[in-house]
Amino acid sequence: MSIIVITILALCAIGVTAAIILFFVAQKFKVYEDPRIDEVEEALPAANCGGCGYPGCRAFAEALVNADDISKMNCPVGGVSVMSQVGSILGHEIKAAEPTVAVVRCNGTCENRPKTNQYDGAASCTIAASLYSGETGCQYGCLGLGECVDACNFDAMYMDKETGLPVIIEDKCVSCGACVKACPNNIIELRKKGPKSRRIFVSCVNKDKGGVAKKACGVACIGCGKCVKECPFDAITLVNNLAYIDYNKCKLCRKCVIVCPTKAIHELNFPPRKEKPTDKPTAKTVKPVAAPKTEAKTEEAAKVEPTTNEETTENK
Amino acid sequence: MLKTFSLGGIHPAENKLSASSAIQVLPIPETVSIPISQHIGAPATPIVKKNDEVKVGQLIAKSSGFVSANIHSSVSGTVFKVDEIMDASGFRRTSIIIKVNGDEWMETIDRSADLVKEISASKEEIVKKIAEAGIVGLGGATFPAHVKLSVPPGKTAEVLIINAVECEPYLTSDHRVMLEKGDEVLVGTQILMKALGVNKAIIGIENNKPDAIAHLTSLAANYQGVEICPLKTQYPQGGEKQLISATIKREIPSGTLPIEVGAVVQNVGTALAVYEAIQKNKPLFERVATITGKSLKNPSNWKFRIGTQAKDLIDAAGGLPEDTGKIVGGGPMMGKALTTVDIPLTKGSSGLLLLPREEAVRKESKPCIRCGKCISVCPMGLEPFLLMVLADKKEYDRLESDAVMDCIECGSCSFTCPANRPLLDYIRLGKGKVGQIMRSRK
Repeated sequence: MSIIVITILALCAIGVTAAIILFFVAQKFKVYEDPRIDEVEEALPAANCGGCGYPGCRAFAEALVNADDISKMNCPVGGVSVMSQVGSILGHEIKAAEPTVAVVRCNGTCENRPKTNQYDGAASCTIAASLYSGETGCQYGCLGLGECVDACNFDAMYMDKETGLPVIIEDKCVSCGACVKACPNNIIELRKKGPKSRRIFVSCVNKDKGGVAKKACGVACIGCGKCVKECPFDAITLVNNLAYIDYNKCKLCRKCVIVCPTKAIHELNFPPRKEKPTDKPTAKTVKPVAAPKTEAKTEEAAKVEPTTNEETTENK
Repeated sequence: MLKTFSLGGIHPAENKLSASSAIQVLPIPETVSIPISQHIGAPATPIVKKNDEVKVGQLIAKSSGFVSANIHSSVSGTVFKVDEIMDASGFRRTSIIIKVNGDEWMETIDRSADLVKEISASKEEIVKKIAEAGIVGLGGATFPAHVKLSVPPGKTAEVLIINAVECEPYLTSDHRVMLEKGDEVLVGTQILMKALGVNKAIIGIENNKPDAIAHLTSLAANYQGVEICPLKTQYPQGGEKQLISATIKREIPSGTLPIEVGAVVQNVGTALAVYEAIQKNKPLFERVATITGKSLKNPSNWKFRIGTQAKDLIDAAGGLPEDTGKIVGGGPMMGKALTTVDIPLTKGSSGLLLLPREEAVRKESKPCIRCGKCISVCPMGLEPFLLMVLADKKEYDRLESDAVMDCIECGSCSFTCPANRPLLDYIRLGKGKVGQIMRSRK
């Protein structure tokens, strides 16, 4: 009997002593953590995509709490609603950041860009790019092995079997930039989503001279410079035979789309133009599958005014 | 028991179809396109412009650094343009395109066929002249030859090793050079010995070329310090490190060059080019290449002018066979598939291989079965299956510590893998990334 009593008392004594020691040790080595970090993390979408530039939502929360000015920091997944929630926790005012979306700048479909050889190596764009220029005559375009689709964590991309190009589902795209990093040819770009998702961009990254580019791909930018002259807002620049539209300057007037002789400039989600559509068929363009309604509209819009200015290919 | 290297290796089917075909001279084409980057290192700088008249052997692009090489015109005629044209890997690279008119050589070049044995040039003159002649390693790596001959301070060269192994299946150009230009190769070897200040040279030849071994052994009796070393046939014996291990039993520490163990390796084709540059004053503007393939009408060896189209060589050998599935520039093990035949042959073109369709297909890759075959054949003692996974998972730190940079890209692992895994593809990718990281650290 007494053995049991002694055992219980001894264990209690050890427990109390250990508790006292632990209490003081915990006091001494206490790590202060801002409670707001947990709150901010709670508000973030927990996608851990890295689109903000930080390794995961926790790291972004820490950075947000420690930053003096969070106006440059943005969670592409959560967008304005999440950032304003974060702002209210941290006492910052949040200006609505322009939402962006990934855009595939290549329209080298099997039809537009005929294959000149066949690749049968390891199915990875990075490996193919390290070996050679790709299956077509265009050394800049999409290699079509879908590394961007593998990189997407949000199911916002798929490879279109018919065109051989990746397609971005813009409703799902959170613009985290994973596909941009995955593409060895730097074809995908994050661009401003635009009002009502209306965007204009040059769907080509070919830096070759006009003749060479046109030979490799029917819808390549040939660097003729017509769009640069046409643009009333100085939004288009021509570097290395390739036009680029600055989405901050672009006012979506669509004048460049009409003058482009190769249809390399794409417009998305615009209502159909007022002019009578002609019957001339145009090359199939790649469009994100947003709402099927707008898709049909752009289909029509693309048919408007097909400028058949083949001669201009050689004027570079 | 014949000598060979100490670790790994494979023995693929030799298929030396063109071994008995004497070197023929390819007719000069109507135009040549000479790329300004035919070597490892900085591209040369063009010094000619449109409508300039050039002669055979005239300098047309100047070396733009220590690790770079001069480029000479291989034909006489008019410069048509300096433009970007497609190279073997499909990328556009600057080339000098010359329209051929006659065949007028520079007056300085000695065109006689007499053998000049006596070496009058001094050590420094030899290295200088080799650099001027734009000579690069003709085994395929195209490393500028003068760089290897300039021994860094603190190091001494003890032995020159001539690489006459030709371990790649199918290729026979070095074999034919040894049989037909044996004396020139040996004089070239002595010139290289003088340039390095060594009194011993070993010519390593695999024993699948017994006629070349016999021929050179009989000739070598007249040349002091040159020794012929027959080697067991084993791929990749033509690798610099493997050849040193096979001939002089020395291992090169990881991350260092052969000079660390006192050896300098040059290819047998380079020895011939050195002979021509020093004794005949002829810069490097032509070389010998093999055109081969099982269904090709006439597998043969040709001496061609640099800048000739691959198509011309194929036509000379009987035209493209119907069933061609892949055209490989170089040998089947380390060569690269071409995207088109409209590309110029360069200093590094040791051969063209036309693979029939059924042989060209890549088999479906299956999961690794952990058999360890890739480890047992790796001549560098690496673990290819592991390196592949690390490269795929972007574990660059571990790739570096697992010595991915030691990989010589011989492809023995991919060749032997029973699951047909694309081991080398991934390792090469990882090697590239680790190389980038290592350079950025400096």
